[in-house]
Amino acid sequence: MSAASFSFSDSSRKKNRIAQFKWITIAGIPLVAILYQVYTPPFFSYLAYLEMPLLVTVYFALMRRSPILGVLIGMGIGLAQDSLSSNPLGMFGIAKTLVGYLVAWASLRVDVDRSRIRLALAFFFYVFHQWLYWFIGSSLLGQSLAFSFWQTLALGALNALVAVPLYHILDKLKVDQ
Amino acid sequence: MDHFLNRYRNLGVLLVAVLVQLVLLAYQVRNDKEIRLIRVWSVGAVTPVARVLETIRSSTANFFGSYVVVRDAREENKRLQHELDEARMENAQLRTELDTAGRAQALTVFQAQTKMKFVAARVIGNTTGSSTVMIVDRGASDGILPGMAVITPAGIAGKVTKVFPGTSFVLLITDPYFAAGVISQRHRVLGTLQGGSTLTVQNVPNEQMVEQGEKFLTAGNEGIFPRGLPVGTAAAVREGRGTKEIVIAPSGFDHGLEDVLIITEGVHAAIPEEALDVPIVLMPPAPPDPGTLNPLHPAATGPMSTEADRITDYYRELGKQAGYDYGRGGPVPNFNRPLAPAGTTQPKSEKGTKK
Repeated sequence: MSAASFSFSDSSRKKNRIAQFKWITIAGIPLVAILYQVYTPPFFSYLAYLEMPLLVTVYFALMRRSPILGVLIGMGIGLAQDSLSSNPLGMFGIAKTLVGYLVAWASLRVDVDRSRIRLALAFFFYVFHQWLYWFIGSSLLGQSLAFSFWQTLALGALNALVAVPLYHILDKLKVDQ
Repeated sequence: MDHFLNRYRNLGVLLVAVLVQLVLLAYQVRNDKEIRLIRVWSVGAVTPVARVLETIRSSTANFFGSYVVVRDAREENKRLQHELDEARMENAQLRTELDTAGRAQALTVFQAQTKMKFVAARVIGNTTGSSTVMIVDRGASDGILPGMAVITPAGIAGKVTKVFPGTSFVLLITDPYFAAGVISQRHRVLGTLQGGSTLTVQNVPNEQMVEQGEKFLTAGNEGIFPRGLPVGTAAAVREGRGTKEIVIAPSGFDHGLEDVLIITEGVHAAIPEEALDVPIVLMPPAPPDPGTLNPLHPAATGPMSTEADRITDYYRELGKQAGYDYGRGGPVPNFNRPLAPAGTTQPKSEKGTKK
């Protein structure tokens, strides 16, 4: 290994670290997130604004730092979400596939352990995901979906605020290398 | 070549993933088919867990509830609530029949008429991405089929869209894709109930009469809902471009939406003439005591007199006392003046005014 490899500063080493999880965690947490989306809103309607599957997609794509894995995680969660919806399969799938890829791509360039960065990424990708879902539904499928820009921004902020402590809890599930 | 593949490997995987899903979407939209197998697997994987969670939730709620409510009273309350729901359903049917047929006949008809068959279902969740499609805990194994009507004791709630072995998806009336034929109770105006965050009745020409507060019932013309089920009341009515804009306040969600009834065998009912908001009286009022004369009906001559006869007699007597000859003109008597006792005449000065 060249000398340059050893001259990473502490922060850049941190920046390039890939978090490891048990497979049960990678499979179980998205399932819990999808269950939350299915089960919670009918009984606690005020919690319906939380897009848990998206937050989980962003987290795993962010921590695994692999665009391919980001694509696979996003596609898996998205298609599972689609299959539990009344929409054609692929709407959430495509949106989350792109989110997974872009988050993983961004994770290679930023320090993913910093709360402010997590907050900003969760906010941005929530808005992007909602817009993409609306775009696919209205442009490709001709559905009459509503998209309120200001409401999406407000919900994005709320989701981002929830994402930070949620990611902190999920960090505890990382496997020490 | 290897260098090229390595360099664009990530992007290539992304493109393949998106392309595959686009083809999947196109296939479903073009053929109007869905990939049922994937849905069955997903629903099969998720609903047992949701069912367990729902059991835990309701058990926990019951457990804590039992601390503050006496157990027997709780059971009694549950039973009474159940009976009340049943009574509401029967009441809706009864009203419908009572309005259209003779009362005694309607009672007989109703007793033989409650032929609708239901399956009670509990809401265990809603589908992802939509709060207007619910998941209920009854499916194909309970005899549920797509297209069956879903109601509550207070009115219609939605229809079954997808059926799985132990669960079904229910499209609520608040979904933008929901539509059903409806008819107004008072003026018999047909329209189409259109779902959405605001329920509306469409396709009603401006020339037709619909009043605010008028009740709407299912018309039974779309093959899903039996005719005569309550839908809601017209909360706002105004004229639009060619057709009326009618906003409906639904009645089906009045008591929450945790338990619903799926109609497995519907029976059409007739639409009542008018909403019966007054108590139904099955017997005529008791006759007045003999010798008691109503001051407004002084000329009542016998038990066979009708209201019209009595009014005619009253004005004839009034004209006679005032010396007014009907049909020949003259000073108009004071019709507001009370009738003098029989045999007396009104003073000339108070008879009335000269024309």
